[in-house]
Amino acid sequence: MKNALQNITFWKVVAAVFLLGGLTAAIVRFGWGLGAATNLSDITPWGLWIGFDVVTGVGLAAGGFTLAGIVYIFNLKRFKPIVRPAILTAFMGYCLVIVGLLFDLGRPWSIWHALIYQNPHSVLFEVAMCVMLYTTVLALEFSPVVLERFRMKRALKIVKAITIPLIVLGILLSMLHQSSLGSLYLIVPQKMHPFWYSPMLPVFFFVSAVAVGLGMTILESYLSARAFQKTLETPLLRDLARIMIGILLVYFTARFIDLLRRDVLHLVFESSFETAMLWLEVALMLFIPLLLFNIKNWGRTRQGLFFTAFSMVLGFITNRLNVTMTSLERYYQQNFGVTYFPSIGELAVTIAIVTAGFVLFALAVKYLPIFPHHEEETVLRFDNAAERSPSPQISGKPAAELQRH
Amino acid sequence: MSHAILVDLTECVGCGACRDACQQIHHFPQVEATSLDAQNFTTLRLYENPESGTETYIRQMCQHCKEPACASACLVGALEKTKDGAVTWDANKCIGCRYCMLACPFDIPKYEWGSNNPKVRKCTMCYQERHVREDYEVDDAGYVIDRKGKRVTVDGREITAEERDTILEMTTNYEGNRASACSVACPMEATIFGERSELVAEAQRRIRENPDSYVHKVYGLKEVGGTSVFYLSNVSFESLGFRTKLEETPLPEKTWRVLEKIPDIVVTAGVALGAVYWITNRREEVRRFEDEKKNRIKTKS
Ligand code: SF4
Ligand code: SF4
Ligand code: SF4
Repeated sequence: MKNALQNITFWKVVAAVFLLGGLTAAIVRFGWGLGAATNLSDITPWGLWIGFDVVTGVGLAAGGFTLAGIVYIFNLKRFKPIVRPAILTAFMGYCLVIVGLLFDLGRPWSIWHALIYQNPHSVLFEVAMCVMLYTTVLALEFSPVVLERFRMKRALKIVKAITIPLIVLGILLSMLHQSSLGSLYLIVPQKMHPFWYSPMLPVFFFVSAVAVGLGMTILESYLSARAFQKTLETPLLRDLARIMIGILLVYFTARFIDLLRRDVLHLVFESSFETAMLWLEVALMLFIPLLLFNIKNWGRTRQGLFFTAFSMVLGFITNRLNVTMTSLERYYQQNFGVTYFPSIGELAVTIAIVTAGFVLFALAVKYLPIFPHHEEETVLRFDNAAERSPSPQISGKPAAELQRH
Repeated sequence: MSHAILVDLTECVGCGACRDACQQIHHFPQVEATSLDAQNFTTLRLYENPESGTETYIRQMCQHCKEPACASACLVGALEKTKDGAVTWDANKCIGCRYCMLACPFDIPKYEWGSNNPKVRKCTMCYQERHVREDYEVDDAGYVIDRKGKRVTVDGREITAEERDTILEMTTNYEGNRASACSVACPMEATIFGERSELVAEAQRRIRENPDSYVHKVYGLKEVGGTSVFYLSNVSFESLGFRTKLEETPLPEKTWRVLEKIPDIVVTAGVALGAVYWITNRREEVRRFEDEKKNRIKTKS
């Protein structure tokens, strides 16, 4: 017990340091402008904040729609216990993406202009609409948790009644949103390295987002298990990992065919920075997860699943950073002799945003009925869908047994 | 009428008059810049041909594309291809996302990185300046007003009678036509402002009449679907550092091809999701019904 306490204090200190670092960078950013806080320039207008905080961040929040789809649309009710944490992370993810966006926009106070001066020919307009609408949908999808906490039964009833349309809307918006982040780069074919520029970018972005949504769910469930003893059954996570790996196989087959068709496959053995980054991406996202998942007696344990998912998520991050940053480096180098690497300020803000994500998630798991737990029997009672399903396995006990407590 | 600019690099003597005029009319500091930034809409760079030893001055400015990637990228439509031919930027709309800078195939739009209310800056083809008219009156406070009595702003600033006259002088060429400041300032036949089709004809005429002094290409005619700024040169455009690998398809088509499918995607995916939902839930209902039936039979027997 004492050990655990010390542990938590240590992480609290780390979080505080990171958040303070972000705050300092924020003061520089909003006090002296983008030029002072970042390594962005006239030549490299987009950097880490777009590449990680926005493009990668939205991808990492994909668990919300993926699991909502699995449970409510495909009716795989045994995954129901995971929907809430997934939707919560998605909601928080989107809030943090908006924070990141406010840092990056040169005139953040005019962000609402997107609503009135609409340019339907702009991919970024689609992105903006999706961020706005989907964040609203996520807030509604997540609202039952808060409403239950405060026992607002009427509001709860209304939200419950529109669950399915809301879920469908959320999935549609996510499809558009995840893919549109890839479409953003369709307009710069001549600037990007052929490994990453493809007319198929929108499709690739969507498919990999579904996979990373599952990966993130596995990670979250493992972390919250360690920190709060709130957890889900390993078989559930195992199934998620299985689906994830299936999707990854499809995804990389498509990427392979794409490279082949665009006649750039011969470049993958060339010795260059881009080749190294491509292999890093493939290794982390596909090879290592495949390997770990298939290690006998360990791959399918809780820990094995964690590392499988962890590698996949790192690979996904590498992919998004490759598309948004690596792929442009050669163009900058050749035409201007410039290389972009994020400044300390940019890194500090990004690290602080990630830290904020961890902190918010921890707080939510602690104070809101997110993960099924003994105290949260009310959650189940409100949940008629859960009653219908053939005894969902929660913390190893059938729901019926839980309710009798 | 759609305007354009023709830059003939073989005529350019590198005097810098165009650059100085541009800086002056926009109230920028007078510097001999060689790369574009927020206070330099046009630059001159010297290229020495390693073979012949000849010198070529490379003038750079916005291409004023016919279908500008920057304008298609801008989510709030702050950038706009006007009927006039110029691609303009509206300070009141811009939110500072800088997607235009990424999207531009010529890397033209620049940013005020040091400002807390930064603007996107690029050559405007002197659009607002060219539209300041001689017959604009001055109001009691000393500011120029248009015919409707509204104060005229150029580059976000209200102008005095004196400024109006400077602008008029700087944007009227020797023939009495309104033209960009850089073209008016050019002492040679190197920068000409005019009607787009006439300038294309002029460019082609120059190549035809002096085939030995030019590479046989009008740069800007076909690049990214055509632009409104053309270049002639006696050195290959590639060695001068021009973007020569651009396709002839306008870049906005690449994104529009995807965007136009959105309604179809939404409908198809929506229906598909609905169908899956109906099937999976129906299956469960049927199963429950069967279970109940079995139970009933069991209890009966
Ligand atoms: S050159 Fe660039 S900035 Fe100028 S109109 Fe074309 S896309 Fe826009
Ligand atoms: S920076 Fe301004 S002008 Fe450029 S795309 Fe964004 S909103 Fe439009
Ligand atoms: S057209 Fe006007 S803004 Fe553009 S380079 Fe010439 S003087 Fe400058």
